[in-house]
Amino acid sequence: MATSHAHDSAHGAAVEHHDHKPYGLTRWLFTTNHKDIGTLYLTFACIMFFVGGAMALAIRAELWKPGLQIFDPTTFNALTTNHALIMIFGAVMPAWVGFANWMIPMQIGSPDMALPRMNNYSFWILPFAFVLLLSTWLVPGGAPAGGWTLYPPLSLQGGDGLPMTIFAIHLMGASSIMGAINVIVTIMNMRAPGITLLKMPLFVWTWLITAYLLIAVMPVLAGAVTMLLTDHFFGTSFFSAAGGGDPVMFQHIFWFFGHPEVYILILPAFGIISEIIPTFSRKPLFGYESMVYATASIAFLSFIVWAHHMFTVGMPLAGQLFFMLSTMLIAVPTGVKVFNWRTTMYKGSLSFETPMLFALAFLFLFTIGGFSGLMLAIVPADFQYQDTYFVVAHFHYVLVPGSIFAIMAGVYYWIPKWTGHMYNEKLGKWHFWLSAIFVNVLFFPQHFLGLAGMPRRIPDYSTQFTDWNMVSSFGGFCFGFSQILFVIVIWQCVRGGQKAPARAWESAHGLEWELASPAPYHTWETAPDMSTIARGAQH
Amino acid sequence: MLNKRFLSRDLFRRGAIAAAVLLGLTGPAFAGWDGLNMTKGVTELSAKIYDLHMLVLWVCVGIAVIVFGAMIFAMVRFRKSKGAVADTSFVHSTKFEIAWTLAPVLILIIMAVPATKTIVIIEDTRNSELTIKATAYQWKWQYDYIDSGVNFFSTLAESSNFARQKGSGIDPNTVENYLLEVDHHLVIPVDTKVRLLLTANDVIHAWWVPAFGLKKDAIPGFVNEMWIKAKETGTFRGQCAELCGRDHGFMPIVVDVVSKDDFARWVETHKPAIEAVPDAPASATNS
Repeated sequence: MATSHAHDSAHGAAVEHHDHKPYGLTRWLFTTNHKDIGTLYLTFACIMFFVGGAMALAIRAELWKPGLQIFDPTTFNALTTNHALIMIFGAVMPAWVGFANWMIPMQIGSPDMALPRMNNYSFWILPFAFVLLLSTWLVPGGAPAGGWTLYPPLSLQGGDGLPMTIFAIHLMGASSIMGAINVIVTIMNMRAPGITLLKMPLFVWTWLITAYLLIAVMPVLAGAVTMLLTDHFFGTSFFSAAGGGDPVMFQHIFWFFGHPEVYILILPAFGIISEIIPTFSRKPLFGYESMVYATASIAFLSFIVWAHHMFTVGMPLAGQLFFMLSTMLIAVPTGVKVFNWRTTMYKGSLSFETPMLFALAFLFLFTIGGFSGLMLAIVPADFQYQDTYFVVAHFHYVLVPGSIFAIMAGVYYWIPKWTGHMYNEKLGKWHFWLSAIFVNVLFFPQHFLGLAGMPRRIPDYSTQFTDWNMVSSFGGFCFGFSQILFVIVIWQCVRGGQKAPARAWESAHGLEWELASPAPYHTWETAPDMSTIARGAQH
Repeated sequence: MLNKRFLSRDLFRRGAIAAAVLLGLTGPAFAGWDGLNMTKGVTELSAKIYDLHMLVLWVCVGIAVIVFGAMIFAMVRFRKSKGAVADTSFVHSTKFEIAWTLAPVLILIIMAVPATKTIVIIEDTRNSELTIKATAYQWKWQYDYIDSGVNFFSTLAESSNFARQKGSGIDPNTVENYLLEVDHHLVIPVDTKVRLLLTANDVIHAWWVPAFGLKKDAIPGFVNEMWIKAKETGTFRGQCAELCGRDHGFMPIVVDVVSKDDFARWVETHKPAIEAVPDAPASATNS
């Protein structure tokens, strides 16, 4: 297998010299190393995935059959609210920042992130934010229970948990903005000579665009929740009609953040899938430039579609038409991406290792989520779908077999580079098949429930919804417990296993595969030379 | 390597079998199409919405068959284990890329035209023959017939309310219309354009009866409107559709659509009794 001879001969001694890293707790507390911080982010995301997942199972347990068996309705609402906040801000977003930390410097030939100290801060803010959020369960008034969207006036009815939640969101936002600044500065300034923007791997491209989205909208969210805070404690009336305000204005501001947020959660997934499908098709990505332009178009459109989350608030006819048409337009660049991925496989030489299996499942199931998204864009039909389980099914299809499967695909793909070991392919495949089957048993029936008339966010339901809720809960438990396999595979791979070559996948391209496996503690201290870049070029 | 390939194929097969078994097990256990799809409803609008829903659904199914079919073809035809060799020069085609940008645009237009027409009809609340104001509270509805002065609250029926308490020991399956029954039904005449004004007293709620096709938020301090023209008599049930706190799941909506004569009689019998207690507070009306 091709190892990085040029690199080894040039820097072998230097790598050994610099590989002394601090040990113990201080290594992790004070680290400014992008790989350590990447590991911290990914570990944190994994823990939060299981915390949020436990809440999801609690929800599915209550919904197993009609009647209230386990929770009172307020606790149930708190579970749905916290499940969403934790999965979005605690699991998916930190996982993406973890990937960005590990992979972007290695993929663009940079020795580290541009702002390493801030990198450390942006991670270490997160545990505090989530301790604060989770401790709302212990205070008078309990955890936030007005939905993760925090719509006033309902969210303002919360007890002491409200200001804690708002402050936690501020911390998460600050962390995200710092991470995004770091990504942008790194990509703009730290690329090795010869790596022009249109030579960057697609994962780097999608993250660059994601980082701009984050900087644009996280302050908007911070502003919205701060107005909630002043409405509650300082007598303002931003969102209270009695004081001349407007509760719907919160929804406009929130979704101006919320819709780009949706793409923050999925664009890095597009990047990872665009790395994996070419590798296991043994063929460069089809239509690289149109992929970049499609990503940028999606990012632009994400700013002008927000009100499709709130068609039922009573908008003028022109407003409804504008948001319907702009939303439908998103199907065009998204379609371009799906067609490009598909055509990458065409005339390829495909093999089906675990990363590829997850990428293919992403392709099928994310597309299903896209279809239901298109249906939801049709305003009159949305009047029936809005706030039902059809919506729940839609966004879980794009987030679970979408974002989460892409995260898993990325972990299986790059873990040989991270640990220097191949993971257990047999267990990986078991993990894939259990996840792929049960994620559908879990979420597909929710389409039926929504169409048949079951509203979302209810702890108890009318008896005609029992059958599909049972199927969904069964799928949920099987899917949830299957994820333990994921941890086992990762743990085994960290501890040992078959030695991974530098180029862990025979047809993998990209500068990260020019480095030894495991990647040395410090990499690309000298920028890669032209021949290395050419060998690593993706297209 | 050889071993790995066998394993992969074996797992593929096992996965497919498991999926088939699961589908086979769950499929027949359930009732027909009604439990799976949107209702056609009983109004002109709900029928139009159903048609739009089916149009978009079938367009999506059609695209899915083509796209997924092509993906499955590639996965079967270009397998390395079957000796496929990659054609690494096939990485770009302006022709293809223009085609798969333009084709979706055309399909979108096909869907956007009828959708736009329907929105225009939905938003036309003129020429209504009866106006009812619905005010949402945590967690009940108040209906106010603007023209006749009939005014009452509508809350979850006692039978459901007992059964839904945690540890009630009552099996919800034994309760008729569990969680979808109220003490006082909203009554509207058939074949009449009824305008519904929606507002709320505390937090945001949403009024939704699937058989009428529409859903609209009830927002404190604001008045929303929607219209219903039911073509059939009968009893139709719905629920609050915007999270409104603890008992969001327990403030159903039940509407009786009756003949015009029956409606006139109903108004007569309900007018005086209710007028005796104008501006009745919630507790008084409910007791």
